[in-house]
Amino acid sequence: MPFINLPLREITCKIVYYGPGLGGKTTNLQYVYAKTNPEARGNMISLATETDRTLFFDFLPLGLGEIRGFKTRFHLYSVPGQVFYDASRKLILRGVDGVVFVADSLVDRMEANLESAENLRINLAEQGYDLDKIPYVIQYNKRDLPNVAPVEELSRELNPTRVPEFEAVAVTGVGVFDTLKAVAKQVLTKVKNGE
Amino acid sequence: MNQQMVMHADEFQRITSVCDRLTGEANANVVFLVDKNGQLIASSGATEDIDTTSLASLTAGNIAATGGLAKLIGEREFSILFHEGEKDNLHISIVAQRVILVVIFDARSSLGLVRLRVKKASEELHQIFTDLEQKGALPGGGSPFAEITDEDIDNLFSE
Repeated sequence: MPFINLPLREITCKIVYYGPGLGGKTTNLQYVYAKTNPEARGNMISLATETDRTLFFDFLPLGLGEIRGFKTRFHLYSVPGQVFYDASRKLILRGVDGVVFVADSLVDRMEANLESAENLRINLAEQGYDLDKIPYVIQYNKRDLPNVAPVEELSRELNPTRVPEFEAVAVTGVGVFDTLKAVAKQVLTKVKNGE
Repeated sequence: MNQQMVMHADEFQRITSVCDRLTGEANANVVFLVDKNGQLIASSGATEDIDTTSLASLTAGNIAATGGLAKLIGEREFSILFHEGEKDNLHISIVAQRVILVVIFDARSSLGLVRLRVKKASEELHQIFTDLEQKGALPGGGSPFAEITDEDIDNLFSE
Protein backbone atom coordinates (compact mmCIF):
# COMPACT_ATOMS: atom_id res chain seq x y z
CA MET A 1 0.00 0.00 0.00
CA PRO A 2 1.78 3.17 -1.13
CA PHE A 3 1.80 5.93 1.45
CA ILE A 4 1.38 9.37 -0.05
CA ASN A 5 2.09 12.34 2.16
CA LEU A 6 0.70 15.41 0.39
CA PRO A 7 2.02 18.15 2.71
CA LEU A 8 5.54 16.66 2.56
CA ARG A 9 5.12 15.73 -1.13
CA GLU A 10 6.44 12.25 -0.58
CA ILE A 11 5.41 8.84 -1.77
CA THR A 12 6.69 5.68 -0.11
CA CYS A 13 6.31 2.21 -1.63
CA LYS A 14 7.27 -1.24 -0.38
CA ILE A 15 9.13 -3.79 -2.47
CA VAL A 16 9.76 -7.31 -1.21
CA TYR A 17 12.54 -9.60 -2.43
CA TYR A 18 11.31 -13.19 -2.28
CA GLY A 19 12.86 -16.50 -3.19
CA PRO A 20 14.49 -19.67 -1.91
CA GLY A 21 17.12 -19.66 0.85
CA LEU A 22 20.67 -18.68 -0.17
CA GLY A 23 19.41 -17.42 -3.53
CA GLY A 24 20.86 -13.91 -3.14
CA LYS A 25 18.03 -11.71 -1.85
CA THR A 26 20.14 -10.14 0.88
CA THR A 27 23.05 -9.82 -1.57
CA ASN A 28 20.81 -7.79 -3.92
CA LEU A 29 20.02 -5.37 -1.12
CA GLN A 30 23.64 -5.20 0.00
CA TYR A 31 24.73 -4.31 -3.53
CA VAL A 32 22.09 -1.59 -3.85
CA TYR A 33 23.17 -0.24 -0.47
CA ALA A 34 26.86 -0.25 -1.41
CA LYS A 35 26.34 1.45 -4.76
CA THR A 36 23.83 4.10 -3.76
CA ASN A 37 24.81 7.61 -2.82
CA PRO A 38 24.59 7.81 1.02
CA GLU A 39 22.31 10.83 0.68
CA ALA A 40 19.81 8.75 -1.26
CA ARG A 41 19.58 5.90 1.20
CA GLY A 42 19.15 5.20 4.88
CA ASN A 43 20.78 2.54 7.02
CA MET A 44 20.39 -1.08 6.04
CA ILE A 45 19.00 -3.30 8.76
CA SER A 46 19.57 -7.05 8.72
CA LEU A 47 17.85 -9.19 11.28
CA ALA A 48 19.97 -12.28 10.78
CA THR A 49 21.19 -15.33 12.67
CA GLU A 50 24.77 -15.65 13.91
CA THR A 51 25.60 -17.41 10.68
CA ASP A 52 24.25 -14.51 8.60
CA ARG A 53 21.09 -16.23 7.48
CA THR A 54 18.13 -13.86 7.33
CA LEU A 55 16.02 -14.47 10.43
CA PHE A 56 13.20 -11.97 10.01
CA PHE A 57 13.98 -9.45 7.29
CA ASP A 58 16.49 -7.09 5.72
CA PHE A 59 15.40 -3.52 5.24
CA LEU A 60 16.83 -0.79 3.04
CA PRO A 61 15.17 2.61 2.57
CA LEU A 62 16.01 4.23 -0.75
CA GLY A 63 15.20 7.55 -2.42
CA LEU A 64 14.89 7.35 -6.21
CA GLY A 65 14.58 11.05 -6.89
CA GLU A 66 11.67 13.36 -7.63
CA ILE A 67 8.78 13.21 -10.02
CA ARG A 68 7.22 16.64 -10.47
CA GLY A 69 8.20 17.67 -6.96
CA PHE A 70 7.15 14.37 -5.38
CA LYS A 71 9.97 12.59 -3.58
CA THR A 72 9.79 8.90 -4.39
CA ARG A 73 10.94 6.59 -1.63
CA PHE A 74 11.17 2.84 -1.78
CA HIS A 75 11.45 0.54 1.18
CA LEU A 76 13.18 -2.66 0.11
CA TYR A 77 12.62 -5.73 2.24
CA SER A 78 13.89 -9.26 1.86
CA VAL A 79 12.24 -12.26 3.45
CA PRO A 80 13.97 -15.20 5.12
CA GLY A 81 14.13 -17.85 2.40
CA GLN A 82 14.40 -20.94 4.55
CA VAL A 83 11.23 -23.01 4.40
CA PHE A 84 10.54 -23.05 8.14
CA TYR A 85 10.38 -19.25 8.41
CA ASP A 86 7.05 -19.14 6.62
CA ALA A 87 5.23 -17.26 9.38
CA SER A 88 7.76 -14.42 9.11
CA ARG A 89 7.52 -14.32 5.31
CA LYS A 90 3.78 -13.76 5.53
CA LEU A 91 4.28 -10.79 7.85
CA ILE A 92 6.81 -9.14 5.53
CA LEU A 93 4.40 -9.36 2.60
CA ARG A 94 1.84 -7.17 4.35
CA GLY A 95 1.30 -3.92 2.52
CA VAL A 96 3.60 -4.94 -0.34
CA ASP A 97 3.51 -2.88 -3.55
CA GLY A 98 5.85 -4.93 -5.71
CA VAL A 99 7.70 -8.24 -5.59
CA VAL A 100 11.08 -9.33 -6.93
CA PHE A 101 11.51 -13.08 -7.10
CA VAL A 102 15.21 -13.94 -6.84
CA ALA A 103 15.60 -17.40 -8.35
CA ASP A 104 18.71 -19.48 -7.75
CA SER A 105 19.98 -20.58 -11.18
CA LEU A 106 21.83 -23.62 -9.88
CA VAL A 107 20.44 -26.79 -11.45
CA ASP A 108 19.87 -28.51 -8.12
CA ARG A 109 17.90 -25.52 -6.76
CA MET A 110 15.12 -25.74 -9.33
CA GLU A 111 12.81 -27.53 -6.93
CA ALA A 112 13.51 -24.98 -4.19
CA ASN A 113 12.69 -22.21 -6.70
CA LEU A 114 9.40 -23.80 -7.65
CA GLU A 115 8.47 -24.39 -4.03
CA SER A 116 9.26 -20.79 -3.12
CA ALA A 117 7.33 -19.39 -6.11
CA GLU A 118 4.30 -21.44 -5.11
CA ASN A 119 4.73 -20.32 -1.50
CA LEU A 120 4.80 -16.68 -2.69
CA ARG A 121 1.52 -17.09 -4.56
CA ILE A 122 -0.16 -18.74 -1.56
CA ASN A 123 1.13 -16.25 1.00
CA LEU A 124 0.10 -13.29 -1.17
CA ALA A 125 -3.36 -14.77 -1.62
CA GLU A 126 -3.67 -15.09 2.15
CA GLN A 127 -3.11 -11.33 2.40
CA GLY A 128 -5.67 -10.73 -0.35
CA TYR A 129 -3.21 -10.14 -3.21
CA ASP A 130 -3.14 -11.84 -6.60
CA LEU A 131 0.41 -12.38 -7.86
CA ASP A 132 -0.85 -11.90 -11.43
CA LYS A 133 -2.11 -8.41 -10.59
CA ILE A 134 0.70 -6.86 -8.61
CA PRO A 135 4.00 -5.48 -9.95
CA TYR A 136 6.26 -8.51 -10.24
CA VAL A 137 9.65 -9.23 -11.79
CA ILE A 138 11.89 -12.28 -11.74
CA GLN A 139 15.65 -12.37 -11.44
CA TYR A 140 17.74 -15.42 -12.35
CA ASN A 141 20.72 -15.04 -10.07
CA LYS A 142 24.18 -16.64 -9.96
CA ARG A 143 24.58 -16.70 -13.76
CA ASP A 144 28.38 -16.70 -13.31
CA LEU A 145 28.44 -20.14 -11.73
CA PRO A 146 28.90 -23.49 -13.47
CA ASN A 147 26.02 -25.98 -13.09
CA VAL A 148 23.35 -23.40 -13.78
CA ALA A 149 20.14 -24.23 -15.60
CA PRO A 150 19.62 -22.53 -18.98
CA VAL A 151 17.63 -19.30 -18.71
CA GLU A 152 15.04 -20.70 -21.14
CA GLU A 153 14.36 -23.57 -18.77
CA LEU A 154 14.16 -21.31 -15.69
CA SER A 155 11.87 -18.98 -17.57
CA ARG A 156 9.60 -21.80 -18.71
CA GLU A 157 9.27 -23.14 -15.17
CA LEU A 158 9.17 -19.94 -13.15
CA ASN A 159 7.72 -17.34 -15.46
CA PRO A 160 4.57 -18.74 -17.06
CA THR A 161 2.89 -15.30 -17.04
CA ARG A 162 5.81 -13.62 -18.86
CA VAL A 163 6.64 -10.88 -16.39
CA PRO A 164 9.91 -8.95 -16.89
CA GLU A 165 12.88 -11.19 -16.15
CA PHE A 166 16.58 -10.48 -15.66
CA GLU A 167 19.79 -12.45 -15.52
CA ALA A 168 21.98 -11.45 -12.61
CA VAL A 169 25.13 -11.95 -10.64
CA ALA A 170 24.14 -10.17 -7.45
CA VAL A 171 27.59 -10.36 -5.81
CA THR A 172 29.09 -8.27 -8.61
CA GLY A 173 25.94 -6.26 -9.25
CA VAL A 174 25.09 -7.56 -12.71
CA GLY A 175 21.36 -7.14 -13.24
CA VAL A 176 20.70 -5.84 -9.72
CA PHE A 177 19.66 -2.30 -10.62
CA ASP A 178 17.89 -3.41 -13.81
CA THR A 179 15.71 -5.65 -11.67
CA LEU A 180 15.02 -2.92 -9.13
CA LYS A 181 14.22 -0.31 -11.76
CA ALA A 182 11.81 -2.64 -13.54
CA VAL A 183 9.77 -3.34 -10.45
CA ALA A 184 9.90 0.28 -9.21
CA LYS A 185 8.62 1.49 -12.56
CA GLN A 186 5.71 -0.94 -12.48
CA VAL A 187 4.86 0.18 -8.94
CA LEU A 188 4.87 3.89 -9.86
CA THR A 189 2.77 3.25 -12.95
CA LYS A 190 0.23 1.52 -10.74
CA VAL A 191 0.23 4.40 -8.29
CA LYS A 192 -0.26 6.86 -11.13
CA ASN A 193 -3.30 4.92 -12.29
CA GLY A 194 -4.65 5.08 -8.75
CA GLU A 195 -4.79 1.29 -8.45
CA MET B 1 -6.48 -4.42 -1.68
CA ASN B 2 -3.55 -2.24 -2.53
CA GLN B 3 -5.42 0.90 -1.63
CA GLN B 4 -3.21 3.95 -1.23
CA MET B 5 -3.02 5.82 2.03
CA VAL B 6 -3.06 9.53 1.34
CA MET B 7 -2.11 12.00 4.05
CA HIS B 8 -3.70 15.43 3.64
CA ALA B 9 -2.37 18.69 5.05
CA ASP B 10 -5.22 19.20 7.56
CA GLU B 11 -4.95 15.77 9.10
CA PHE B 12 -1.15 15.88 9.02
CA GLN B 13 -1.23 19.06 11.04
CA ARG B 14 -3.76 17.63 13.49
CA ILE B 15 -1.68 14.46 13.91
CA THR B 16 1.51 16.41 14.46
CA SER B 17 -0.14 18.58 17.08
CA VAL B 18 -1.46 15.50 18.95
CA CYS B 19 2.07 14.03 18.91
CA ASP B 20 3.59 17.31 20.11
CA ARG B 21 1.08 17.58 22.93
CA LEU B 22 1.64 13.94 23.94
CA THR B 23 5.40 14.51 24.06
CA GLY B 24 4.89 17.39 26.50
CA GLU B 25 2.12 15.91 28.64
CA ALA B 26 3.78 12.50 29.00
CA ASN B 27 7.21 14.02 29.65
CA ALA B 28 8.41 11.86 26.79
CA ASN B 29 11.66 12.19 24.87
CA VAL B 30 10.17 11.26 21.53
CA VAL B 31 6.81 10.30 20.07
CA PHE B 32 6.44 8.52 16.73
CA LEU B 33 3.44 7.54 14.70
CA VAL B 34 4.10 4.70 12.29
CA ASP B 35 1.97 2.97 9.67
CA LYS B 36 1.54 -0.79 10.25
CA ASN B 37 3.50 -1.30 7.03
CA GLY B 38 6.52 0.41 8.56
CA GLN B 39 6.25 3.91 7.14
CA LEU B 40 6.82 6.87 9.42
CA ILE B 41 3.79 9.15 9.55
CA ALA B 42 4.83 11.77 12.11
CA SER B 43 7.33 12.34 14.87
CA SER B 44 7.82 14.77 17.70
CA GLY B 45 10.47 15.54 20.32
CA ALA B 46 14.21 14.89 20.27
CA THR B 47 14.37 12.94 17.01
CA GLU B 48 17.73 14.29 15.78
CA ASP B 49 19.83 11.41 17.09
CA ILE B 50 17.42 8.67 16.09
CA ASP B 51 17.28 6.87 12.74
CA THR B 52 13.54 7.40 12.38
CA THR B 53 13.16 5.35 9.18
CA SER B 54 14.76 2.28 10.77
CA LEU B 55 12.79 2.78 13.94
CA ALA B 56 9.54 2.85 11.96
CA SER B 57 10.37 -0.31 10.04
CA LEU B 58 11.48 -2.25 13.12
CA THR B 59 8.47 -1.12 15.13
CA ALA B 60 6.15 -2.39 12.41
CA GLY B 61 8.10 -5.66 12.29
CA ASN B 62 7.82 -5.93 16.05
CA ILE B 63 4.07 -5.33 16.00
CA ALA B 64 3.64 -7.77 13.11
CA ALA B 65 5.58 -10.50 14.91
CA THR B 66 3.72 -9.90 18.16
CA GLY B 67 0.43 -9.96 16.28
CA GLY B 68 1.44 -13.32 14.83
CA LEU B 69 2.15 -14.59 18.35
CA ALA B 70 -1.22 -13.28 19.55
CA LYS B 71 -3.06 -15.20 16.85
CA LEU B 72 -1.17 -18.39 17.75
CA ILE B 73 -2.61 -18.27 21.25
CA GLY B 74 -6.07 -17.17 20.16
CA GLU B 75 -5.84 -13.42 20.80
CA ARG B 76 -6.78 -10.88 18.14
CA GLU B 77 -3.73 -8.71 18.85
CA PHE B 78 -1.65 -7.42 21.73
CA SER B 79 -2.53 -3.76 21.62
CA ILE B 80 0.25 -2.56 23.95
CA LEU B 81 3.95 -3.49 24.10
CA PHE B 82 6.39 -2.18 26.65
CA HIS B 83 10.17 -2.50 26.47
CA GLU B 84 12.12 -1.46 29.54
CA GLY B 85 15.72 -0.34 29.12
CA GLU B 86 18.38 0.83 31.55
CA LYS B 87 17.73 4.48 30.70
CA ASP B 88 15.10 4.67 28.02
CA ASN B 89 11.87 2.77 27.66
CA LEU B 90 9.61 2.13 24.69
CA HIS B 91 5.83 2.15 24.92
CA ILE B 92 4.19 0.89 21.73
CA SER B 93 0.46 0.79 21.13
CA ILE B 94 -1.86 0.19 18.21
CA VAL B 95 -4.28 3.00 17.32
CA ALA B 96 -7.41 2.56 15.22
CA GLN B 97 -6.19 -0.93 14.28
CA ARG B 98 -3.90 0.47 11.65
CA VAL B 99 -1.26 2.80 13.04
CA ILE B 100 1.33 2.39 15.75
CA LEU B 101 2.06 4.99 18.42
CA VAL B 102 5.57 4.81 19.88
CA VAL B 103 6.60 6.76 22.98
CA ILE B 104 10.21 6.83 24.15
CA PHE B 105 10.62 8.02 27.72
CA ASP B 106 13.12 7.91 30.59
CA ALA B 107 13.09 8.33 34.39
CA ARG B 108 11.62 11.83 34.08
CA SER B 109 8.32 10.14 33.27
CA SER B 110 6.64 6.91 34.34
CA LEU B 111 4.81 4.05 32.69
CA GLY B 112 1.59 5.08 34.43
CA LEU B 113 1.74 8.63 33.14
CA VAL B 114 2.62 7.49 29.61
CA ARG B 115 -0.25 5.00 29.54
CA LEU B 116 -2.69 7.64 30.73
CA ARG B 117 -1.61 10.23 28.14
CA VAL B 118 -1.38 7.67 25.35
CA LYS B 119 -4.97 6.66 25.99
CA LYS B 120 -6.19 10.21 25.52
CA ALA B 121 -4.01 10.81 22.45
CA SER B 122 -5.17 7.53 20.92
CA GLU B 123 -8.78 8.61 21.05
CA GLU B 124 -7.94 11.82 19.20
CA LEU B 125 -5.80 10.00 16.65
CA HIS B 126 -8.56 7.46 16.08
CA GLN B 127 -10.89 10.27 15.08
CA ILE B 128 -8.33 11.82 12.74
CA PHE B 129 -7.73 8.53 10.94
CA THR B 130 -11.45 7.97 10.62
CA ASP B 131 -11.69 11.41 8.97
CA LEU B 132 -8.79 10.53 6.67
CA GLU B 133 -10.44 7.32 5.59
CA GLN B 134 -13.67 9.13 4.82
CA LYS B 135 -11.77 11.69 2.79
CA GLY B 136 -10.16 8.91 0.75
CA ALA B 137 -13.56 7.39 0.04
CA LEU B 138 -15.00 10.63 -1.34
CA PRO B 139 -15.38 11.05 -5.10
CA GLY B 140 -12.34 12.91 -6.37
CA GLY B 141 -10.32 11.46 -3.52
CA GLY B 142 -8.36 9.45 -6.09
CA SER B 143 -4.64 9.39 -6.72
CA PRO B 144 -2.98 12.80 -6.37
CA PHE B 145 -0.33 11.18 -8.53
CA ALA B 146 -2.69 10.95 -11.49
CA GLU B 147 -1.36 13.96 -13.40
CA ILE B 148 2.06 12.36 -13.65
CA THR B 149 2.86 10.91 -17.05
CA ASP B 150 4.58 7.70 -18.11
CA GLU B 151 7.36 9.89 -19.40
CA ASP B 152 7.90 11.38 -15.93
CA ILE B 153 8.32 7.89 -14.57
CA ASP B 154 10.73 6.97 -17.39
CA ASN B 155 12.78 10.07 -16.68
CA LEU B 156 13.28 8.97 -13.09
CA PHE B 157 15.17 5.96 -14.36
CA SER B 158 17.19 7.50 -17.15
CA GLU B 159 20.65 8.42 -15.95
